[in-house]
Amino acid sequence: MSDFSLSSLMPLAPELFLAVAGMVLLVVGAFMGNRSLRLISWASVVCYGIAAVMVVSGDGGRAETLGGMFVMDGYAELIKIFILVGLAVSAILSIQYLYQEQILKFEYPILILFSGIGMMLMVSAHDLLSLYVALELQSLSLYVLAAIRRTHLRSAESGMKYFILGAISSGVLLFGISLIYGYTGTTNFALIGQALGAEISLGALIGMVFILAGLAFKVSAVPFHMWTPDVYEGAPTSVTAFFALVPKLAALGLIARLVFEPFYPLQDDWVQIIWILSAASMLVGAFAGLRQENIKRLLAYSSIGNMGYALMGIAAGTTAGLSGLIFYMAVYMIMTAGTFAVILSMRRQDVNLEKISDLAGLSHHMPKLAYILAILMFSMSGIPPLAGFFGKFVIFQSAMESHLYVLAVIGVLTSVVSAYYYLRVIKVMFFDTPAEPYDGHISWGRWIVLAGSVGFILLFIISPSSLLDICRTAAVYLIPSSLS
Amino acid sequence: MELLAVFPPLLAFLLAFLLGRRLGDRFAQIVTCTGVVVAALASCALFIHVVFGNDMQGDPRTIVLMHWMTSGDFKVDWALKIDQLTVVMMCVVNIVSACVHIYSVGYMSHDESKERFMSYLSLFTFAMLMLVTSDNLVQLFFGWEGVGVASYLLIGFWNQKNSANSAAIKAFLVNRVGDFGLALGIFATFAVFGTVHMDTIFAMAPEKAALTYHFLGMDIHALTLICVLLFIGAMGKSAQLGLHTWLPDAMEGPTPVSALIHAATMVTAGVFLVARMSPVFEYAPTALMLVTLVGATTAFVAATIGMTQFDIKRVIAYSTMSQLGYMFFALGVSAYGAAIFHLMTHAFFKALLFLGAGSVIHALHHEQDMRNMGGVWKKIPATYVLMWIGSLALAGMPFFAGFYSKDIILESAFADHTWFGNYAFWMGIAAALMTAFYSARLLFMTFHGKPRMDHHTYDHAHESPPSMLSPLMILAVGALFAGFFGYESFVGSGAGASSHATQVVATENVVIEHDVEAPVVEESTHGHEWNRHAFWQDSLFVLPENDTLEGAHHVPLWVKLLPIIIGALGLLLGAVFYGWKTGLPQKVVSAFNPIHTLFYNKWFFDEAYHAAFVTNALRLGRAFWQGDKNIVDGLGPDGVANTSQRVAGVLSRFQSGYVFQYALIMILGLIALVTWMFFKMVTGQA
Repeated sequence: MSDFSLSSLMPLAPELFLAVAGMVLLVVGAFMGNRSLRLISWASVVCYGIAAVMVVSGDGGRAETLGGMFVMDGYAELIKIFILVGLAVSAILSIQYLYQEQILKFEYPILILFSGIGMMLMVSAHDLLSLYVALELQSLSLYVLAAIRRTHLRSAESGMKYFILGAISSGVLLFGISLIYGYTGTTNFALIGQALGAEISLGALIGMVFILAGLAFKVSAVPFHMWTPDVYEGAPTSVTAFFALVPKLAALGLIARLVFEPFYPLQDDWVQIIWILSAASMLVGAFAGLRQENIKRLLAYSSIGNMGYALMGIAAGTTAGLSGLIFYMAVYMIMTAGTFAVILSMRRQDVNLEKISDLAGLSHHMPKLAYILAILMFSMSGIPPLAGFFGKFVIFQSAMESHLYVLAVIGVLTSVVSAYYYLRVIKVMFFDTPAEPYDGHISWGRWIVLAGSVGFILLFIISPSSLLDICRTAAVYLIPSSLS
Repeated sequence: MELLAVFPPLLAFLLAFLLGRRLGDRFAQIVTCTGVVVAALASCALFIHVVFGNDMQGDPRTIVLMHWMTSGDFKVDWALKIDQLTVVMMCVVNIVSACVHIYSVGYMSHDESKERFMSYLSLFTFAMLMLVTSDNLVQLFFGWEGVGVASYLLIGFWNQKNSANSAAIKAFLVNRVGDFGLALGIFATFAVFGTVHMDTIFAMAPEKAALTYHFLGMDIHALTLICVLLFIGAMGKSAQLGLHTWLPDAMEGPTPVSALIHAATMVTAGVFLVARMSPVFEYAPTALMLVTLVGATTAFVAATIGMTQFDIKRVIAYSTMSQLGYMFFALGVSAYGAAIFHLMTHAFFKALLFLGAGSVIHALHHEQDMRNMGGVWKKIPATYVLMWIGSLALAGMPFFAGFYSKDIILESAFADHTWFGNYAFWMGIAAALMTAFYSARLLFMTFHGKPRMDHHTYDHAHESPPSMLSPLMILAVGALFAGFFGYESFVGSGAGASSHATQVVATENVVIEHDVEAPVVEESTHGHEWNRHAFWQDSLFVLPENDTLEGAHHVPLWVKLLPIIIGALGLLLGAVFYGWKTGLPQKVVSAFNPIHTLFYNKWFFDEAYHAAFVTNALRLGRAFWQGDKNIVDGLGPDGVANTSQRVAGVLSRFQSGYVFQYALIMILGLIALVTWMFFKMVTGQA
């Protein structure tokens, strides 16, 4: 390590900053106890802001550090920005809920922060080992978050389920990593790419399948999705919101880097795997959602289906597909943030509600909230001119350009089926017999999230190309134009 | 400045719509009125900049706000194209809108949802500004639909009234026909020109003049096709014969709405569209002929109906339709300047008439039937005087605004020297007679004679508050002087035939190349002389051989005098019929009973449409509905839905909650994937 210098760590600066900040906050929490929850939450939001500034102010070029284990480029930069936004939104959404539900644990925002560091490292991972370590940092924080309400049976159960199944998927992933190492002799992404480019062996192929399967668990792609509905339902709602917003973006970012960098020589093979995962996710997400009565469970299936659409972007295997994926995830994150802000506000007599039928009469008692949710649901089901329509449109377009006609047709048909459950929410809100009104108070932080989310969805049509161009620029980093 | 002229109404709309309920009616009224007044002042300043700026040479500009969308060759920006035509429209829209906003504060003072009303008015104003400032057809379409939505919302504003709701729906549906034409026109433009950007289209129009389009075995002249489609859009919005049936019904909306949307601004959008697209229309003579014929016929038919109606607002509505007809046949004979001139003067005096009628209605407790009015001129003298000013302007009496604009239109039509020009001229003369007649009829029935309402209403009749009268005064000033002061600018004669010809040719060349060079050429040909060419510059385009406006200044004397004589005659007749010998109308009606029935029933357009479209559509719909329910639904949607639910049931059974089962499914999935890869690898290598 003779060439070690502080300046070589510059690409890592945002992560290092967050790690230090997380430890400082931990100390603060340890001294001040649980009453510092609000302070720590807002402090963590500020830290995300600072980290975002640090990410943006990087030189924008490609830089490797830690002996090639970590890479920072325009692609990672954009996804990290989205991740940081998602983390900040999750923290803001949580505060009021945590106080209402008396989950006063100062570790809560800090756990979000540490899992956030894991996610940022994931999208920058350039070595199978750093990939695994980053993934585990993220996952372990998530397991704890799912079970953070340990006195509640359902929360503890969901944390347990998540942990056991997550452990299995980690085992699968590690097995895949060892196979790759065994057949290529390296764990570095660039070197793996070179080795596979020279010779493709069956062992390496099987290793790749194991790795993709392990990661498919993280994005809850079918058939590795079984944990999702139970965990979404069991975990505290604010944690569910966090799960829905951020980790999948990071995991998809990681999958995209894997398939386009080390596994690019195996494109013919991984396209098929992603194809199967994508089609199965879309189908299960659309059909299984039809029968759900619990809105958190419904959103779990919705997220499974949406991962199917996102994976379609990867399956396309082009710049258009990848930029579509980034764009889709950004839009999805924004819509989900708004939706959870509404769900978190569904309270009656100080009890949080989760049934879809509890939304009845929302248009009567809180018309603003009802219209916001209606816009979000219309956008989710892909009705133009809302942003959700463009997300799906870009993905389908890229799939058609790559001749994935069957996949695109499945995508269109399942989005018709899933429109049923999104529109049903609207029907319940506006046309069912009104139930008791909700407790009125909604914190201003939540209003900001709602306004930002709906504002983006509605106003996106005014200048659609600006965000799409940013996504395209980022995608080009991963897929040089010569390849696409 | 440009932004200040366009965006305050939008801001006001958002504030009033989102916060109006919380912060109260007064807040909504103040914020919306401020918004449009600021916009009106800014657009007046902008008018001076654009028309007189750059050393009297005009200073048109296009401001690109931001990029909108790109898809292949298709590029659209959000932009403000501010040239002479646009600033005229902006001034008209903003000034009338400001008057109507202020008027509404008084008029709607007893209404329950004032903030909703005010915010809709502002929304409309913004959409209209978007329409007139657009530099491409797509943004124009955005504004076009925006005013349509605002119009729908405002016609149906009193949504507890069934008639208002059905009128709103009717307006929306009839406009849909026109909008469909406009959309097709935009598609065709893109197909022919490969762009929707106006300046590019105008530059390319001459070279596409000979292009034909092969369709269904016919060769169609491409520009004619485009222009006819665009004109169908204009017909819908501007209530031209055939697509006019929504306009009279639209009077169900509150009166300020009728004044702003259905008289002064929105209905003139069609006129604006044709004038804006003049560089294309000039190369499509057949389309221009169609415009002339439709316009002239509308002017005549609407005037005949206007003579027989009894609802005060409906009379004015038909008069609006008739005046729009004038504007269209002016466009048809290439007198674009005259059409816009009439558009402007008409906006003033028609808004004045509508708001004055509103003041009468307000005074008489929402009585609209003229048969139940009469004799109220002593009670509401200010309104009475203002209504006279508006009516005389409408009738085209000398030195009122309408006189200048209507005369120049009729003279242009005469100077066109084609058969349809002549047709338009005589139709216009006939309509002018009837216009004067029904104006007098309206005044005498409303204000003179014996009071025909009950005592209670008569005793309580009262003059409107200052907030309602002051906007009327402003409009009255416009109705009095807009014609005199606008004449030279809008339609003034070119400086002698020779220099004028070169100027037009020069303009043509400049349009093709670029408008940057325009001022230089202008200066060399006719210096600083102030006339319509100096005013409009390149914003309107006329081929030299079509320049009827120049011809209009050299028509025989009798053509110039005829409209005045006819107008005076009409007023006199009206006074005799309804002021002096009040028994006479009844006798005339019974003598010409069939014709009166035809006029009174609006030429049976509604009935014919009902029989032709509505009944058949309902019958067809019912047939399809039965078939759909029994056959298509059974096999299609219902069947699919049931299957979907069953699939959902099966899938949810997998979700047992047992971790070991979940793990099993994961492992099975993994094995399946590996097996698939293995199988493929082995067979692929074999």
